[in-house]
Amino acid sequence: MIIGPVGFTLPWLLIALAALPILWLILRAVPPAPIRRRFPGVALLLGLRDDDSVTDRTPWWLLLLRMLAVAAIIIGLAGPVLNPRAEGEKVQTGPLLILLDASWASARDWPARLSLLEATLAEAGRAARPVALIQLSDPEPPVFRAAEDWRSRLSGLTPAAWEAHRGDLDDVSALLAGSDPYEIRWFSDGLARDGRASLLAVLENHGPVTIIESPAPVIAMTPPAIEDGGVRLTARRSSAGIAREIEVEAHGLDPSGTPRLLATLPLRFEEGETEATGTLLLPAELRARLSRFRIAGQNHAGSVTLTDDSLSRREVALIAARDDREGLQLLSPLHYLEQALVPSADMLDGTLTDILPANPDVIALADVATLAGAEQAALLEWVEAGGMLLRFAGPRLAASDISRTEESPLMPVRLRAGGRTVGGAMSWGEPKTLAPFPENSPFFGLPVPDEVTVSAQVMAQPDPTLAERVIAQLSDGTPLVTRKRIGSGQVILFHVTANAEWSSLPLSGLFVQMLERLAVSSAKALPDLAELTGTTWQPAQVLDGFGTLRDAGTLPGVAGERLITDPLGDDLQPGLYDGADRRFALNVVGAKRVLEPVTWPSDVPVVGLARPAEAPLGGWLLAVSMLLLMADIIASLGLSGRLLPARAALIVSLALLLPADPGLAQQDDKAQLATSEVVLAHVLTGDSTLDNTARAGLRGLGQTLYFRTSVEPADPIGVNLETDELAVYPFLYWPITPDQPIPSDEAYARLNDYLRTGGMILFDTRDANVSGFGASSPNGQKLQRLAAPLDIPPLEPVPGDHVLTRTFYLLQDFPGRHSGRKVWVESAPPDAEMIEGMPFRNLNDNVTPVVIGGNDWASAWAVDERGVPLFPVGRGYTGERQREMAFRFGVNLVMHVLTGNYKSDQVHVPALLDRLGQ
Amino acid sequence: MSPAHPLRARAEAEAARLPPLLARAEHLAGAVLLGEHGRRRSGMGDDFWQYRPVQAGDERRHVDWRRSARSDTQFVRQREWQIAQSVMIWVDAAASMRFSSDDALPDKSDRSRVLALAVSILLNRAGERVGLTGTSLPPRRGQAQIARLAEALTQESDEDYGSPDTSGIVAHGRALFLSDFLGDIGGVRDALTSAADRGVQGVLLQVLDPAEEAFPYRGRTIFESVGGTLAHETLKASELRDRYLERLAKRKAELASLADLTGWQYQCHHTSDSAQSALLWLYSAFDAGGMRR
Repeated sequence: MIIGPVGFTLPWLLIALAALPILWLILRAVPPAPIRRRFPGVALLLGLRDDDSVTDRTPWWLLLLRMLAVAAIIIGLAGPVLNPRAEGEKVQTGPLLILLDASWASARDWPARLSLLEATLAEAGRAARPVALIQLSDPEPPVFRAAEDWRSRLSGLTPAAWEAHRGDLDDVSALLAGSDPYEIRWFSDGLARDGRASLLAVLENHGPVTIIESPAPVIAMTPPAIEDGGVRLTARRSSAGIAREIEVEAHGLDPSGTPRLLATLPLRFEEGETEATGTLLLPAELRARLSRFRIAGQNHAGSVTLTDDSLSRREVALIAARDDREGLQLLSPLHYLEQALVPSADMLDGTLTDILPANPDVIALADVATLAGAEQAALLEWVEAGGMLLRFAGPRLAASDISRTEESPLMPVRLRAGGRTVGGAMSWGEPKTLAPFPENSPFFGLPVPDEVTVSAQVMAQPDPTLAERVIAQLSDGTPLVTRKRIGSGQVILFHVTANAEWSSLPLSGLFVQMLERLAVSSAKALPDLAELTGTTWQPAQVLDGFGTLRDAGTLPGVAGERLITDPLGDDLQPGLYDGADRRFALNVVGAKRVLEPVTWPSDVPVVGLARPAEAPLGGWLLAVSMLLLMADIIASLGLSGRLLPARAALIVSLALLLPADPGLAQQDDKAQLATSEVVLAHVLTGDSTLDNTARAGLRGLGQTLYFRTSVEPADPIGVNLETDELAVYPFLYWPITPDQPIPSDEAYARLNDYLRTGGMILFDTRDANVSGFGASSPNGQKLQRLAAPLDIPPLEPVPGDHVLTRTFYLLQDFPGRHSGRKVWVESAPPDAEMIEGMPFRNLNDNVTPVVIGGNDWASAWAVDERGVPLFPVGRGYTGERQREMAFRFGVNLVMHVLTGNYKSDQVHVPALLDRLGQ
Repeated sequence: MSPAHPLRARAEAEAARLPPLLARAEHLAGAVLLGEHGRRRSGMGDDFWQYRPVQAGDERRHVDWRRSARSDTQFVRQREWQIAQSVMIWVDAAASMRFSSDDALPDKSDRSRVLALAVSILLNRAGERVGLTGTSLPPRRGQAQIARLAEALTQESDEDYGSPDTSGIVAHGRALFLSDFLGDIGGVRDALTSAADRGVQGVLLQVLDPAEEAFPYRGRTIFESVGGTLAHETLKASELRDRYLERLAKRKAELASLADLTGWQYQCHHTSDSAQSALLWLYSAFDAGGMRR
């Protein structure tokens, strides 16, 4: 029987609830039992009558309390279960087939999927049902195994950064052909795609199908587009629902090369809309550094869109005709252009024939009238291939015959002879100002300053095409800037000079803005199919399902045409691909991709991910009834006078007594202790055995330091990363367990501060580094996840001449309880070279911020209060030797932390002495 | 053989009880008698009191010649008055006295015995004769009497409420009654009037437990006397409190007025208070009585 979300296993017991009113009457009639007291004063009491108003009945609230207790017992015994499995689900036996979409869209709630999957497997395991598991994004033939077998592999399941395409689904359909009976549970990502229906039909041959999917819409970013000097960002969602605001983060490199969040842009999905767009306005300088956009709070590959060269800096070639007037910089026709373009573009210098093979994005010709025939042909070819030719007028252009009688292919308009001069000393009229930009102009919206005046210009011949080619004009309607498209490129003519001779335009900020609009709109277009055919692109970085960029490693190169034609898959992973001269971003969600929710047939049950676990409530109810009965005891005692008020207050206050929070005071004490002495600290992992070992290890190391060196550390301290101040500890020992919690973002921020300001963390995976730092050791995996947000420089195994090998003892290796080889430290700068006659290279100037190894040093160091080692190391004498070496490593490490590269400097002493002439 | 053991055991228990009582009483008395002082009046006795000039009527043989030779007038040597009084003590041994509302408090009979014995010790030291009312222990002096008193005081009676026994009280002697006086007041009245008739003056000390004063009971309760002969049931004890306290106050007032009428002194003492204060009051009450004589 099910009432609301609660079902009962023994519903007939609930009939007993009907007896409650009878119980009420009985209990009500029975007064509380009298208490017998010895009291000498009874002689004085004799003859005193009770007031009539005194009731001998149990008060109603006590009755209610008892009723509730009895009701709780009855209901509790009836076996209530919260969120019971529907009865239909229970009867399923036999094999179970689990289908996972395992696409990027399922990465958004992957942990929930995994936990539900685990619950499903556990349930199947209890029922001894064989289970097969298929990831649609990576189809394999179904293999039915014990559920436990699958459970052990669960942690290795990760969503793919792509999604199953038609071919994959057809493959699965083929694999599952036949009609073996089994139950199917399909963990869907909620996105419609071809082939789902046919696969569903195949599945229904086998048995009942249950779809498990989250009703939350998928939100994804499409690739950014450049529009009018801004970056146009578009996000799509799979189902139009209520209005929703998301935030897009623009990530890129800061000037020092560190990846940072550069800007954010809120986007708003209006109610009923599936698309949200916005324009991110950034300085060109900043925009050129953007590397990816990401929707905040979404952690799947579809929420990330990578940028390639389309946002990067453009190459501009500036060519002027007059190179002979040396020394007159402000008169140089290119001066203002250079000044305007330098912040946002790369300049190319050289002659036209030298430059054209470099394929610049923009070529600016300042007052260049005539071009050699070969030059013109090459230039035309370049423009047609997408180049942008920016021409400026000038005396030479005005005096030449180019584009006079018929339009030159490299000029947007025909020109009248001679041009005109207005407002000069020898002419009538005032210098002309600019008219507001028309709406179809790329300059539309730019403010027109009054001080920009034009005193001379070349004039366009009125042609039928003139009107559409004008993108800026003067207040009297004469064209100032004209544009003509040639092929996929364009030619733009400024009818004035690029310097301030003819107009004050190059002096104004408007000039820069106009150039920006023009130059931005000339950004590299995406390569098309024809261009890509026959090329090979090498993946540089690929996205995983959670939207994290990873090194592509040894992934093979990809044929260029496949980047455009083929769907994403195992052999074509989304990410950044390096081509011959440019980089191509292959994004998970393309510009045209529309996200549609999948519609399942009405007879297929669809359940949410957030299905709460079946929770028996009986125990809780019985516990509540016990509590009520306890309260009844106290109340009855109070009512019958056996409970003195003082005693009751004592009981209640004891029950409510909460331990005071000593956290803050403790933290202060810790920090104070750590500042007054050198304190070695270890990170509290939450595993008390491990923490104790780390503490004992640091105690042993501290004693060794105390006896052998001038470092005299105080007792070690366990550090809670979330609450404690880290800056006061020179050294942190961080043992890794697979199940320790990941610190919060604030804690990571402080850890990064700590590392940047000279702190050192010794990471110890304690597994002897059996698997290298690959993915298969759980401690290694955990270390990777723990250290991912940390600002850790490139690492290398300790080189033989690292200062760590000689800060106190001369060491070759660094054993702990295990004697694994590799210990990793910050890598030496690439230009470090061995100086002639010196035994060591001149390496890093700093303390290495991290030392990573797996030798379980703390266990080797660990001693109890009397200085007796806690753990055996190795066997016999060699073991003790190894422990000694471990201590020496610890001494060297602490010395390195405290003295930095001091021992490195010692190397230079002979050289210094030599220089001083001694 | 067999009956000897219980007897012996009981004797041991009794004996064990005695020294602590004595010791406590001695201790209490010792605290009071720091610096003994005399009666500060002349009379029959051994100790020198004063020289005074001879007055008319003094016999010649009373003249102290040695003192008189040193001056012109003649002096009579007076001795301090040392006539012994008989103080009869009655300690209520009834069951109602064997009550204490809290483990930390002594029961009433214990407090009364200690007080009685301590007063006896003090009086004995002051040279008075002390005994118990009734015929069992006539007033005597000396350390042996204190031991006998201590033994006699440990006896208990089974009746629920006791009433004072005036037999054996020496006429014009002094008396001390220690009881809770919660039983029938008629017995007290009779005892006091008969004592007053015989010129006996004395002290009534009502020893009460704090619970009897506060009546802190609630809820449905059956109150029983300690002996079990009386019982009273109530459904809500807290309702009774005011009326009980009213009756108690009336009882105290009755006792006080009775004492006034007969020239006795009355005081109420609670077991939660210090025994010392009660003893001091008792001692001063007896001292004052002595002065009055």
